[in-house]
Amino acid sequence: MRYSIFSVLREAFNGQRGWRPAWREPDPKPAYDVVIVGGGGHGLATAYYLAKVHGLRNIAVVERGYLGSGNVGRNTTIVRSNYLLPGNTPFYEWSLKLWEGLEQDLNYNAMVSQRGVLNLCHTDSQRDAYARRGNAMRLCGVDAELLDREQVRALVPILDFDHARFPIKGGLLQRRGGTVRHDAVAWGYARAADQRGVDIIQNCEVTGIRIEGGRIIGVETTRGFIGAKKVGLACAGRTSQVAAMAGLRLPIESHVLQAFVSEGVKPLLHHVVTFGAGHFYVSQSDKGGLVFGGDIDGYNSYAQRGNLPTIEDVMEEGFALIPSLGRLRVLRHWGGIMDMSMDGSPIIDRTPVEGLYLNCGWCYGGFKATPASGWCFAHTIARDEPHPLNAAYRLDRFATGALIDEKGSGAQPNLH
Amino acid sequence: MRITCPHCGERGNEEFAYLGDATVRRPDDAGAARPGAPEFERWMDYVYLRDNPAGRHRELWQHVHGCRAWLVVTRDISTHAIFSVEDARAAALARPSLVARDAAS
Repeated sequence: MRYSIFSVLREAFNGQRGWRPAWREPDPKPAYDVVIVGGGGHGLATAYYLAKVHGLRNIAVVERGYLGSGNVGRNTTIVRSNYLLPGNTPFYEWSLKLWEGLEQDLNYNAMVSQRGVLNLCHTDSQRDAYARRGNAMRLCGVDAELLDREQVRALVPILDFDHARFPIKGGLLQRRGGTVRHDAVAWGYARAADQRGVDIIQNCEVTGIRIEGGRIIGVETTRGFIGAKKVGLACAGRTSQVAAMAGLRLPIESHVLQAFVSEGVKPLLHHVVTFGAGHFYVSQSDKGGLVFGGDIDGYNSYAQRGNLPTIEDVMEEGFALIPSLGRLRVLRHWGGIMDMSMDGSPIIDRTPVEGLYLNCGWCYGGFKATPASGWCFAHTIARDEPHPLNAAYRLDRFATGALIDEKGSGAQPNLH
Repeated sequence: MRITCPHCGERGNEEFAYLGDATVRRPDDAGAARPGAPEFERWMDYVYLRDNPAGRHRELWQHVHGCRAWLVVTRDISTHAIFSVEDARAAALARPSLVARDAAS
């Protein structure tokens, strides 16, 4: 069923009885051309673009839990493409372009809101660094505006501009950045992929990877063996375990990142704002809650929950930026498991096992990359070679030294 | 999460700094620039590659806001339960090759 104003009106007069499930719940077939492990945003997007762009029909996505139970429903929903380094800028810009056309492409309301992403600077040297970043972005055709203090004040008056330690000197604004309803991204990709014949198999955990003569032949799952000519791994924080089933040891550590939402209030903050003197980012959801987050806790974890010292640190940074936050109550907080690569940049590549492909290392920036990650991973799987957009995200870059240290913020920055 | 320092007693984890996996070994040799050479692979392993297990994990913490001792903590990283905390020096000396190196010097 195609969603439109007419279907909404028809169902309004039909007692809402005509809606159908957005995707099927098929049993796994004995074999597929491509099996994607991981039914999060990246895995579903990969399946969708394999079907749409590359014309493959016999695809399955296997997911251990239910769709949207992992990081695609745990992030702070921010999309942007304000990257500096050559390997990154074109990739994230392509992602933002895909976000801009996503709802029409998927026929699904993902609430894409290009409200602008504002990175604040607090020192003269930071302003210089932002000028450089903004210029690098504009050279790649990405929008960027360097704002002075009064221009920032006109946009976001609630900030503490005269903070004793971190006064606001200006900011770098990307107007095309913003937020997207994250659950709807998973659901929209799932529905669109399902309509193109992709089997989405939930509650189906991969327990082994079967390899014969250096070539993949399928995956063992809790619902039996599923044969596959090609297997793509898109399992985020669990990548190390699944890859170990194929004998791979990766430059990945799993860490916990927490996020928070306040009680709902009237419109207060109209942009995504990031604090430049620490690591804090905040936006206001359409329900009115302030959604914010900060650093990873800093130790290995698979627990999907964090500890109080990091919560305190995030709140302190929030108060330093927006003193009025102190009048709000935090409604919920939660944690997600980040696949922290050692240089802070992702991996989309082939592996030494023929027919096995890897998509991981998104650190705490995977959500914004969802469409381009799926698009590039689909290309890498279908053509058996990387697309120029993900050519720098190689698995062997740690051996060759071609690291992409955009912020130098991998799992252990002191090692690089 | 609270860590029981062998010198200071039980403290909150905000007093500690984390370094990471305690099972990786810094190679003794000066390394090699050629991928594929055993020296290169040993350093590659030490700097970048991790087992990243979803269960019991031996890891290095430093009690930076206390006695400043380096510690080896054995922790379940799926539940944050801590099984043991040892002095890192004692744990390192207990490893075979380093004992041999100490004895030689």
